[in-house]
Amino acid sequence: MSSAPVSAPLVEVPAAGGPGRAPLAKKGLVSDHPTWCPGCGDFAVLASFYRVLEKLNYPQESIVTFAGIGCSSRFPYFVNSHGGHFIHGRSLPFAAAISLGRDDLHVFAFGGDGDGFSIGGNHLFHAARKNTKMTYVIMDNSVYGLTKKQTSPTSPIGFKSKTDPWGAMEQPVNPMKTLLTAGATFVARSHATQVNHMTEMMLRAAQHDGFSVVEILSECVEFNEGAFDAANPRKGGKWQLIDLKKNDGTPEDAARHDPTDEFSAMKLALADAPGYFGVFYEVNRPTKNKLERDLIARTREKTKGASALQLLEGTFAKMR
Amino acid sequence: MVSPNSSTPGGQPGSAAASSAEKTTIPDVVIRLAGNSQDGIQSVGGFLARLAGRSDQDVMTYMTIPATISGGPSIFQVRMGTGDILSSGDQADFLVAFYQHSYESHIGALRPGGVLIYDTDHVKPNPDDRRFTNVGIPITSATVEAVGGTGKDKGKNIFVLGLIARIFDLDVPKLSTLIKERLGGRGDEAVRNAMMAFDAGYAHPVENLLGHLYRFARATSAGTTASRPAVTMDGNTAMVYGLLTAGVRYGAAYPITPWSSIMEMLRTELPKYGGLFVQAEDEIAAVSHALGFAYSGHLSVTGSSGPGLSLKMEALGWGSMAEIPLICINVQRGGPSTGLPTSIEQSDLMQALYGSHGDTPRVVLAPKDVEDCFYIAIEAARIAKEFSTPVIILTDQALATRIEAFEEPDLKNLVKEHTLDLTPAPVDYKPYPLDTWPKHVPPGTRMLSGKYPTVTGLEHDEAGHPSGSPAVHAKMNARRREKIKAVAKSLPAHEIYGDQSGDVLVVGWCSTYGPIREAVNQLRKSDNAPKIGQLHLRHLAPFAPGLGEIFARYKKVVVCELNDEGLYGYGQLASLLRAAYANPAIVSVTKTDGLTFKVREIVAGVQKHLSA
Repeated sequence: MSSAPVSAPLVEVPAAGGPGRAPLAKKGLVSDHPTWCPGCGDFAVLASFYRVLEKLNYPQESIVTFAGIGCSSRFPYFVNSHGGHFIHGRSLPFAAAISLGRDDLHVFAFGGDGDGFSIGGNHLFHAARKNTKMTYVIMDNSVYGLTKKQTSPTSPIGFKSKTDPWGAMEQPVNPMKTLLTAGATFVARSHATQVNHMTEMMLRAAQHDGFSVVEILSECVEFNEGAFDAANPRKGGKWQLIDLKKNDGTPEDAARHDPTDEFSAMKLALADAPGYFGVFYEVNRPTKNKLERDLIARTREKTKGASALQLLEGTFAKMR
Repeated sequence: MVSPNSSTPGGQPGSAAASSAEKTTIPDVVIRLAGNSQDGIQSVGGFLARLAGRSDQDVMTYMTIPATISGGPSIFQVRMGTGDILSSGDQADFLVAFYQHSYESHIGALRPGGVLIYDTDHVKPNPDDRRFTNVGIPITSATVEAVGGTGKDKGKNIFVLGLIARIFDLDVPKLSTLIKERLGGRGDEAVRNAMMAFDAGYAHPVENLLGHLYRFARATSAGTTASRPAVTMDGNTAMVYGLLTAGVRYGAAYPITPWSSIMEMLRTELPKYGGLFVQAEDEIAAVSHALGFAYSGHLSVTGSSGPGLSLKMEALGWGSMAEIPLICINVQRGGPSTGLPTSIEQSDLMQALYGSHGDTPRVVLAPKDVEDCFYIAIEAARIAKEFSTPVIILTDQALATRIEAFEEPDLKNLVKEHTLDLTPAPVDYKPYPLDTWPKHVPPGTRMLSGKYPTVTGLEHDEAGHPSGSPAVHAKMNARRREKIKAVAKSLPAHEIYGDQSGDVLVVGWCSTYGPIREAVNQLRKSDNAPKIGQLHLRHLAPFAPGLGEIFARYKKVVVCELNDEGLYGYGQLASLLRAAYANPAIVSVTKTDGLTFKVREIVAGVQKHLSA
């Protein structure tokens, strides 16, 4: 697929947090104490996200965090920002509307594998397709944790759970493959034990102009312990990082992954578990925000910027 | 409209015959046009309705259109006449049949003694049937001849409009102007062809077959008190412009009949007003989008029909819990499930009231006619904003598609621009205090306390923090209930038409308003007329105060509604009223044949209860 070139992987952090205001710091971002089980991977994601917000330094009131239902979906309660907890699986259409309606806001949605790939699967597909500017962070633990160990859409075949006591028999969802197919413009993957990497992925996702998704393998120590050890070097696993093009035309570039190349991205997505980590795909496609704004500008131009009263009077005059 | 000067198309052939024929004066007439949906018979309705709007009190039209996928058989019924016309008529006085199937399907709707006008090119009526006056006219070939070879039979509808204009002495210059305005956008040739078809229809010496022509009686009253001109549109259109007038600029939905035309219009109109409308991937996404817009601080709308409303229910419950202002329109159709997608029913009331899980006190409104679709949208916006709550509007298939003329709204005083209020929230701000109903604080608002609010579907305390405490849940349930009770206090008092106490009060809701009014009028004129009043409920939840006292003033309260009589013999609203007021005088008249009430059905139903 031919696409517009994307930003270099290096992260540039915007300077201002609002005139005369102290920069965002973790202290002001911490809200209620997380209710997750000790050892849950989501703690690390939360700590990383505080760092992301510190670096982005947005005005605090402009940050919106929303989620569906599940352990990971408790996330917004632990971030001191506008936001909340919507119904199961539907945080994406809800959050997308916030972004569409309000250009001044920075919208983050959080969820788990059940919320994102099962009940909300349809919404994920269409959110990717619509390319509304927002960031979706999926904490994938391959199990339903809040409801105490049922099979999730990313549980591997043979996974034993309360709903599959003899082992799961269905092909698990491949999130990267699914998102690429749906047309997402930023697709990345990380691991909750790799804090710096996770922070960089979320930061780049937040800076992407469009719908960005970061899947983070985040272990559920209660119901799926060790699920992602295969990707954790400290547990003897293999940390396969995607080696991105520098975009500087050096000869090594040829051997590296070009994140604008959909076919290469798909090859990486098809790798056996635990697979690759990093930015699989990043292209710039007009966002729904921009297309809608342009549409409004065009129609406003056609109607010569008429007021609501003038427009309505015109319409009613035609109906006489 | 019957002034001698305006009843002839100056210089057209046949005008002399038309003006010289003997004319019978009639109060009103019901005409049913039956053809196929691509024949443009509905646009004839549009022309007649607009003529009504531009003719002060002399002509009113009213119609029903069974929606069909393009190409299918279609009908259009118009009732024209003097003064207030409140229903489309129980039976047709005139049937215009374009095809054999039109004739066969609809001859039963023609009253004995009525007039059958049929296209001799396509229809062979039963020669032995002497019940009707048969008027055969070569509609297709006459249209082709008038318009010329290229037009095929396009324009048959306008030919028939010409015929109707001649038979009922309609205002030809006004109709010509309407045709020119309506078709002007399609170029001069389209207008020329239409005018040729119209003139040919008007010139056809139909009185030779009919024996005479008609004219409508002049209104005896002083006419309307309207200070503004009338506008003509269908109910869904009126709803759209009501929403736009109220300041609704954002919304989302999923297509479903008969709701779709509202979302189509909003998608077209909203960018002009600086807003946007999203077609969502499904009903749940639609309501989620709409709630997201509302949460972000915009006045927002979603809507659907029957099954779509069911899918929205969980999110609407969240809207009640999180206290988010939202307008949700439900254009009712026959159910359950996919039911009768293009027929009218009023069977979503219980769903609207109780469709969510948990105790979810609701605001539910229903417009009574096309004009009211405009005003109810404005009222829904007021309540949603003032009380930060979802408001459901129950309209129905008949109102959605019916065209009516009504006085142009006082736009200057009604148009509102909903503004985004980002005033910083004070240090002691509480989103959910137990005794007041603060407005939703959208993101972008600085919280001077430094604590940013979480909105949630979990039970929460006054500060919005999730709470699993049963005591808190009990208090917050009470809070949500009291809030809806506060809505009740903000509603206008009930108005009763007719006798303010006595034998019977006829109660209805939504599009049954007109037929019930006509039935009440008939009963008031009957021998041994009962003392009878009509109360039409526009606020179904909460009810405006005082309803129980009103019911106590009548021996019988007959609730007429288009849903099933249920397991215990009462329709949905009747059941609700009986439960709320424990009044055994409340009884039901119901039906579910997919059609609006015939006046005689209501009259018979009320009489049965009176004699019981």
